[in-house]
Amino acid sequence: MSPTRDRVIAVSGLVKYYPITRGIVFQKKIGDVRAVDHVDFTVAQGETLAIVGESGCGKSTTGRLLLGLEPVTAGSIEILGQDITTMSQKELRAKRRDIQMILQDPYTSLNPRMTVASIIGEPFEIHPEALAGRTKQEAVRDLMDRVGLNPEFVNRYPHQFSGGQRQRIGVARALALKPRIIVADEPVSALDVSVQAQVMNLLLDLRDDLGLSYVFISHDLAVVRQIADRIAVMYLGKIVETGPQDPVYSSPAHPYTAALISAAPIPDPELQASRERIELEGDVPSPADPPSGCRFRTRCWKAQQRCADEEPLLRDVGGGHLVACHFPLTPEEAASHVVPEVPSGHATDS
Amino acid sequence: MSDIQLDVETSVRPDGPASRTLLGDAWYDLRRSWIFWISAALLVFVLVMVVFPGLLAPQESTSSLTGGCQLANSLAPPSSQFKLGADQQGCDVYALSIYGARPSVIVGVLAAVLTTIIGAGIGLIAGFFGGKVDSTISRIIDIFLGVPYILGAIVLLSAVDLPGIWGVVLALTLLSWPTAARLVRGKVIEAKGQDYTLAARSLGASNGRIMVRHILPNAIGPSIVVAVISLGLFIGAEATLSYLGLGIRPPDFSWGTMIADAQNAFFQAPWTLLVPAGFLTLTVLAFILLGEAVSEALDPKLRK
Repeated sequence: MSPTRDRVIAVSGLVKYYPITRGIVFQKKIGDVRAVDHVDFTVAQGETLAIVGESGCGKSTTGRLLLGLEPVTAGSIEILGQDITTMSQKELRAKRRDIQMILQDPYTSLNPRMTVASIIGEPFEIHPEALAGRTKQEAVRDLMDRVGLNPEFVNRYPHQFSGGQRQRIGVARALALKPRIIVADEPVSALDVSVQAQVMNLLLDLRDDLGLSYVFISHDLAVVRQIADRIAVMYLGKIVETGPQDPVYSSPAHPYTAALISAAPIPDPELQASRERIELEGDVPSPADPPSGCRFRTRCWKAQQRCADEEPLLRDVGGGHLVACHFPLTPEEAASHVVPEVPSGHATDS
Repeated sequence: MSDIQLDVETSVRPDGPASRTLLGDAWYDLRRSWIFWISAALLVFVLVMVVFPGLLAPQESTSSLTGGCQLANSLAPPSSQFKLGADQQGCDVYALSIYGARPSVIVGVLAAVLTTIIGAGIGLIAGFFGGKVDSTISRIIDIFLGVPYILGAIVLLSAVDLPGIWGVVLALTLLSWPTAARLVRGKVIEAKGQDYTLAARSLGASNGRIMVRHILPNAIGPSIVVAVISLGLFIGAEATLSYLGLGIRPPDFSWGTMIADAQNAFFQAPWTLLVPAGFLTLTVLAFILLGEAVSEALDPKLRK
């Protein structure tokens, strides 16, 4: 959020409801699934915003909305200063050169009937101007080289590669159009831990070399910690806490964030045993019928009557650290659930 | 430690030769299937009958105009002159069966190709666009599927005066595309939900590109198998319609017309019926076996 850097994404009042209908011939709307419910955030040039939360909290839907893959119900999404929610299909297609996506599952995100050359080359067939004078073969080889794949393998099929290599193919495809923003939807959660670190390092290198901005969607706080500048925690379609990585990790103010952090295991048995784990009770309520007031109150150990009556709004608790809670945790309370940062840096480099 | 992992990461998985592709795997499997070799041998024979019947029998033996058929030889039993006997007109049944293959197989191939193309096109549109387009097409498919197959063809061919190969092909295609369309539609819906389709869309690909490059290649496999199997069934259906006098008509002939002509003479001269019926059965069987072998080879789940 530093004012000196340009904003590349500005989302405000973003809402996405999916209608629930009943009937076959005469469909009647009987309700809405509130996947994303009034979300605001910004991403600066070269910055990584991590959106974290459990499955079904709306983080992947947010990612798809950023690419204009689905129409929004309300709100605006400005990508490099232009609102994509009002764009025509044609304008939106052109806009895709600025924002690209890396998908979660490298086994389903690559067309099994296409060779690597045609998978990575496809962006250039759709946007020939992105070749900038090179031939498609040169461009594909450059990209493979860039993501650490042997360019000799251009004529192989996806099933001839390992999971980590396939994800590199996906990264190369996303980079082809030289986008300024990449939405990475759980890019490493389908990979083995050892391969995760390699792909994460690739993403970090690319960010530094190409000045990319990432929207990094994940449920894995350990992975997020390696890459995020800022974090937004989502619960049932709303952002409950957001801020720079450090205050959010070291002193979470929202009980839900504290619970998430305390649930992530620490690779140190003594520390793991010494800290207080928060075990949430019950399940995430249905997004079709969210609780009144604070959506987290049904599982919160600090909930009081006020939480049911009044919806908490995001407010600043210092230094751009925003939290939507009537009874935020004090730094002392938070400290018992979290641990000092594990010295990792550029995780498990050789 | 991490060096070793990097090596594994940057090299190809060690299973199998480097040139393996989906079709390569299928061919590898096919070569080991005896069903494939039997059906392939039969089909090579059928192909020779269709393309070069002259290699197997002289054309003169099939027509009275060229002196090949003489009433004096009517219903002659198998002998050195007539290897598989003669029919009522005194024609060589063996030669007739060889030359009768061409119309039968052409009808089968044309009907199978047209059914697959039309079915795939309509199924692709229904599955891809969904919603009202899909509902409308699906109801039309249901209506067509409600029409009894042979009865529908009989009514159609009686109403439309289009004798010969094209009439039969039209009737069979018109009644068969809904099955192909339904099959393709299901596979299209499956492929549409895959992440690679989402990835193509996020690159800015048009609907046409997504349909042709991403969805169709992943949805067409099963319908090719069904096309091969139904090719055999179409040959049988042509025989049925020609037998009923609605397909190929004299002076042209096919296996179906031969079987129809033979019915009165069956007890005196069973070869007049059994020979064309045998050719027909073996050809249909060969296509069905081939379809089965190909489907097994294309489906990794059925691999041993």
